[in-house]
Amino acid sequence: MAVGLDKVKPEAITEDQHLVVDGMDISGHWNRMFAQRVIFDYDVDKLEQVAALPGGESLAWCYGCGKCTAVCPVDIVGDYSPRKIHRKTQMGIDLFTSPDLWLCTTCRNCLRVCPKEVDMIQIMPAVREQAVLQGNVPAELQKAFEDTAKNGNPLGQPQRKRADWAKTAGVPVPILKDLKRPVDILWYVGSYPSYHPRGMDAARAAARIFNALGIDFGILGVEEKDDGDSQRLAGEKGLFEMLAEYNIATFGKYAFGRMVVTGPHEFNAFKNEYPKYGADFKVAHYTRFLVEHLDRLRPLLKKPINLKVTFHDPCYLGRHNGEYDAPRELLRAIPGIELVEMGRCRENGYCCGGGGGGMWLDSFTKEHTRMRLSERRVREAVEYGADVLAVCCPFEVSRFEDAAKSTGNDKLLVRDILELLDESMRP
Amino acid sequence: MNIVATLKQIPNVTDELELNAAGTDLDHDALQYVLNEFDEQALEEAVLAKEAAGGTVTVMGVDTTGELDAALHTALAKGADRAIKITGDFPRGTASHVQARLLADAIQGLSPDIVFAGVQAADDRDGQLGPMLAAHLGLPYVGVVTGVSVKDGQAIVHKEYAGGVMAEFSVALPMVVGVQAAHQPPRYAPVSKIRQIAKTAKIDEVAGNADGQGAGSTVRRMFKPQSAGHAEIWEGSPDEVAEKIAALMDDRGLLKRP
Repeated sequence: MAVGLDKVKPEAITEDQHLVVDGMDISGHWNRMFAQRVIFDYDVDKLEQVAALPGGESLAWCYGCGKCTAVCPVDIVGDYSPRKIHRKTQMGIDLFTSPDLWLCTTCRNCLRVCPKEVDMIQIMPAVREQAVLQGNVPAELQKAFEDTAKNGNPLGQPQRKRADWAKTAGVPVPILKDLKRPVDILWYVGSYPSYHPRGMDAARAAARIFNALGIDFGILGVEEKDDGDSQRLAGEKGLFEMLAEYNIATFGKYAFGRMVVTGPHEFNAFKNEYPKYGADFKVAHYTRFLVEHLDRLRPLLKKPINLKVTFHDPCYLGRHNGEYDAPRELLRAIPGIELVEMGRCRENGYCCGGGGGGMWLDSFTKEHTRMRLSERRVREAVEYGADVLAVCCPFEVSRFEDAAKSTGNDKLLVRDILELLDESMRP
Repeated sequence: MNIVATLKQIPNVTDELELNAAGTDLDHDALQYVLNEFDEQALEEAVLAKEAAGGTVTVMGVDTTGELDAALHTALAKGADRAIKITGDFPRGTASHVQARLLADAIQGLSPDIVFAGVQAADDRDGQLGPMLAAHLGLPYVGVVTGVSVKDGQAIVHKEYAGGVMAEFSVALPMVVGVQAAHQPPRYAPVSKIRQIAKTAKIDEVAGNADGQGAGSTVRRMFKPQSAGHAEIWEGSPDEVAEKIAALMDDRGLLKRP
């Protein structure tokens, strides 16, 4: 066909299913480039079910580039990523009943790189909520839900013991109910610092630091209950709402200038989620709060800690809320510390595995991955020659300490930044 | 099958218990109330019976706290079909004899095939709610039950005795069962589901009257446990301590000599 400068009119183009030119068969689906490519060879009902949920829409936006797979912390220890979830769902695998549903830690690294903004932080809670309503919940996660509903904390400890840790802090820890006056700082301690033995170490350290700085603070004591945000991300939205309503009412009973929280998950809850339920107060994670007081804190840090320290960015402080510098500034303020960065740090920080309900899915996740995320992380810390893995999220101390033991890296110390500051303040 | 499960709210015993000024009762207003754990077991067994044999489960309780709705909504979320609340001037800590009277009156008109109640409650002095319910209704009762299966107008009931002895009874329905433990652990009702149900569910209210019904006993004095004796710690090497243990056991007649 002679083609001049004029365009070929579409009706002039013919397709030959079988065309032989000079003895060569060049037939084929050459015309496919002009038409919709056939991608829906499978039943897409399952994908549509997810996309029909409020929050689940963006799973259908995935175009399969796979950037998420490269950064997904779960894929590094297993076979799982948002792209894989999308593809499996497209092929008719039911996410609502698949073990894949419980592996996402909502660490947000996929969303950071996704060109289509496929948002697992919305998708996972939406699908999980349906699974929870159907009663398809891994037993250990369900236990955490039950304990939270019954006792106000996922550890299943009695509410009346919530402030018992303060008895051994060695400094006064005022309780707002007894104080009967406004305070500058309402310190929301959190469930793990209140009950977990290693979390309590961080809580006691914080109490000593606040006292040394002369901070006017108070805690809620037995009136404090879990923030519920991780339970929400794990699919129990009703439990989260129940706790949010209770907590907002409790906070409202007291006059305080600002709230300081020990944990990034609580920080995220109070900063980004509670306002949707009517909360109206300022909140800071303790790392930023202490950096504000660094001029007065620095002279108290007298004892050198001559160790090589690396820092693990908590997903809910870093990627979710953009705070990367405050924890590092605190560590640099401690004399003697040599701060080394791991390869996966800051925006690309690895995940400890505890977010989005992962804290209460340890055995389940272990069954579906080659190693725990926390185990991968402590190995990385050791690869970079660290003596200390410093953290500032109450989920992490126990996770990483267990992982250091289970991987034979007992020598690696795991310390909350609060503990390191407190140690440096001691004579 | 027409199944009824009774619920009772009791003080949360994981809290610090406070006594009233007279030292005759708990300070009920200072306490948090939760569902009696044996009633949770009874509800589970009721829902399991419904799932196995078909029918409906009606849950009911005396509202002594003003907070019974939450427990009823939870029961509906777990699979109960209808909820009944008995109202009236019944304060926290209303005696189980009074509650049994009120429950029996409300159950009477329902003509149930089987009634499940918790075998006891932590605030119950005599554990008689189930037997009294059965007596008021004129029905047979089996207590300390760990499993029920219903077929052809009969219930096969597993009862637990002391010393690990189990018995199986065959009872003609209708009957009342005092549940020690359901044959499966109680299911979890997601709070999401409970909150959904709370928005739409209807709770039937029945005015209760228990005039003239006594508590069966009166409390003269209530007090916190007093430690009677103290443990003695034996020091020494393992061999020495073993000698002492053997001597003590011999002294108490616990050793059998060949």
